[in-house]
Amino acid sequence: MADFEIRDLRVTVEGREILKGISLDVNKGEVHAVMGPNGSGKSTLSHTLMGHPNYTVTSGEVIFKGKNLLALPTEQRAKLGVFLALQYPVVVPGISMSNFLRTAINAKRGYDGKDKSKAISPKEFLALLKNEMSVLRMDDSFLSRYVNEGFSGGEKKRAEILQMAVLKPEIAILDETDSGLDIDSIKFVSNAVNRMRGPELGVLIITHYTRILQFIKPDRVHVLVDGQFVLSGGPEVADRLEAKGYSEWVGKKEPAVIQEAR
Amino acid sequence: MAVSPKIDVGDNYKEQYGFFDPEKYVFKAKRGLSADVVKEISWMKNEPEWMTKFRLRALQIFEKKEMPTWGADLSKIDFQNIYYYLKSTEKQGKTWEDVPADIKRTFDRLGVPQAERKFLAGVAAQYESEVVYHSLHKELAAKGVIFVDTDSALKQYPDLFKQYFGTIIPPADNKLAALNSAVWSGGSFIYVPKGVKVEIPLQAYFRINAENMGQFERTLIICDEDSFVHYIEGCTAPIYTTDSLHSAVVEIVVKRGARCRYTTVQNWSTNVFNLVTKRAAAYGDATMEWVDGNLGSQITMKYPSIYLMEPGAKGDVLSVAFAGKGQHQDAGGKAVHVAPNTSSNIVSKSISKAGGRTSYRGLIKIYPGAKNSKSFVRCDALLLDEQSRSDTYPTTEVDEEQVKIGHEATVSKVSDEQLFYLQSRGITRAEAETMIVNGFIEPFTKELPIEYAVELNRLIQLEMIGSVG
Repeated sequence: MADFEIRDLRVTVEGREILKGISLDVNKGEVHAVMGPNGSGKSTLSHTLMGHPNYTVTSGEVIFKGKNLLALPTEQRAKLGVFLALQYPVVVPGISMSNFLRTAINAKRGYDGKDKSKAISPKEFLALLKNEMSVLRMDDSFLSRYVNEGFSGGEKKRAEILQMAVLKPEIAILDETDSGLDIDSIKFVSNAVNRMRGPELGVLIITHYTRILQFIKPDRVHVLVDGQFVLSGGPEVADRLEAKGYSEWVGKKEPAVIQEAR
Repeated sequence: MAVSPKIDVGDNYKEQYGFFDPEKYVFKAKRGLSADVVKEISWMKNEPEWMTKFRLRALQIFEKKEMPTWGADLSKIDFQNIYYYLKSTEKQGKTWEDVPADIKRTFDRLGVPQAERKFLAGVAAQYESEVVYHSLHKELAAKGVIFVDTDSALKQYPDLFKQYFGTIIPPADNKLAALNSAVWSGGSFIYVPKGVKVEIPLQAYFRINAENMGQFERTLIICDEDSFVHYIEGCTAPIYTTDSLHSAVVEIVVKRGARCRYTTVQNWSTNVFNLVTKRAAAYGDATMEWVDGNLGSQITMKYPSIYLMEPGAKGDVLSVAFAGKGQHQDAGGKAVHVAPNTSSNIVSKSISKAGGRTSYRGLIKIYPGAKNSKSFVRCDALLLDEQSRSDTYPTTEVDEEQVKIGHEATVSKVSDEQLFYLQSRGITRAEAETMIVNGFIEPFTKELPIEYAVELNRLIQLEMIGSVG
């Protein structure tokens, strides 16, 4: 049994079925890439795993640590160790990044405003951030800025990875983290993710392009087309997509067939 | 020999007649309002004749004027069911040690910040209708700064007092200003001499203590040329079962080149009618700033105003209103441009939840000849649910062509995307909503001294938890 199992997941958005029964096993220590063209259901997958209210699960389950993730509210999924780096991080005016990060860290540590021993100390907090921010090449001024307000595309994505670094999830979903990034930002972000790779972290990279996979080498690559996986394999699948694109599956009348890459 | 029976009312009065006065009021006026009540108040305070006459004239104006009907619903106020004057201790405490223990306890329960003890220069804490504690830091006294309760000011600085009192807000201004003028008691009086900058904020705490008791404090601040002062008032009040009225008048004179900031963070209990008239006159190159936070109360009607009297005068109003269940916050600001090259900036933020209602009501008036005046108004409303309501009633009267006027208004809801984002980081929905609300009012909070900012965030948190539970 895998550490993180998606079983026959079907999801509708506004009554339309987007994910049509997908299954995927992710173990800690592995990096999986889910690749697909626009509209294939990639973001639906990431948002559903995190519990966004606009996505309706019609069947299937996601088993993590013996629990069906899909039955839990979003914040409980986070506390259990699931993290989603959003494609479009949301602006929260008036809340500083440091306030946001500290609140999130404290939430994970189970601090509810009562038992102060559970809260992270200011010293510990600053030490933690300083280290991770240097890897991501972010300066201190970033901490006093409001959450994602006025951030460039690169800053937003780096901020997402910083959150991942300090929250230390066991399963991290990176949704189109490479989109809108210049090459330097991709490198910094990839370095930070690679640093976190290890036996305690499973990663699901969701991406349209193969670019980020040149920096974060996946163990497995899965091709998602029209709400179904059509191909799964090793890193060479990404190379095939790089060469041929998604055209071989897109627009086919017949249902797509899962093929194992050779 | 006939011996007349001895009647002793002194020794056994309590046992015999069941007299009991747990509130320890030295004097308790009758409920209701009349010329006799007003005269009695003035007599109790041993006031000069001109003040007694001023009060009686104000009473006549009050009786003639109609209740304002253009704003919130005030029909529930019964002016004859209110005590107009209460005095809880006979003397003012000169030092903290002199303040009676039960009153200290009340302040403890109110959570009067430690900051008071740390940086406070002078304290004027009002208990019921009389200032009970007042001390003035030696340093300020040496600079000639006057910070006393308004009743003492009338006695100690009669000329200065008479020169300004009632000049910014005359009794005829509106019915509630007339009422305050007739029955006022307590409040703060501040005079800052020319060129003196008061570095630390002067603070006062007010509360309503007894049922059906009005609180009619009267504050007068005079900033002489090139001076600076920051005055802070914070209010909380316990919960009562019957309606209560708070109707204050605040008058401020900011002379040439001076700057005055007046900060209010108030949290009246939700049965209080909070009807306050606040106005400042700013002269050449002077700056007046109102920072006004309204939580609590049943109904608040408050529109801090600035009259920009001479060229270069500048006025800012920054306000926040939070309306929960059964509350109506009708607040805003007014800027009246009388002279050229004057500028005003009004920023109003409101939050409505659980059926609460907030209204922005504002006036920008530019007189002919007030050339090159600038005014910008921004009101942002945040609605937390479908039952809540927010309205905007801006009035702009411009009688001069060479001016710049801007107005922006937004109404928003706490978005699903924001909630999802915060929750995806392990933050509960209730906590996420609180964060979003605190973030929304951050432009206000950041203007407060840190201990007030913390207190306000905590109050918002309490209000938000109420909405979830």
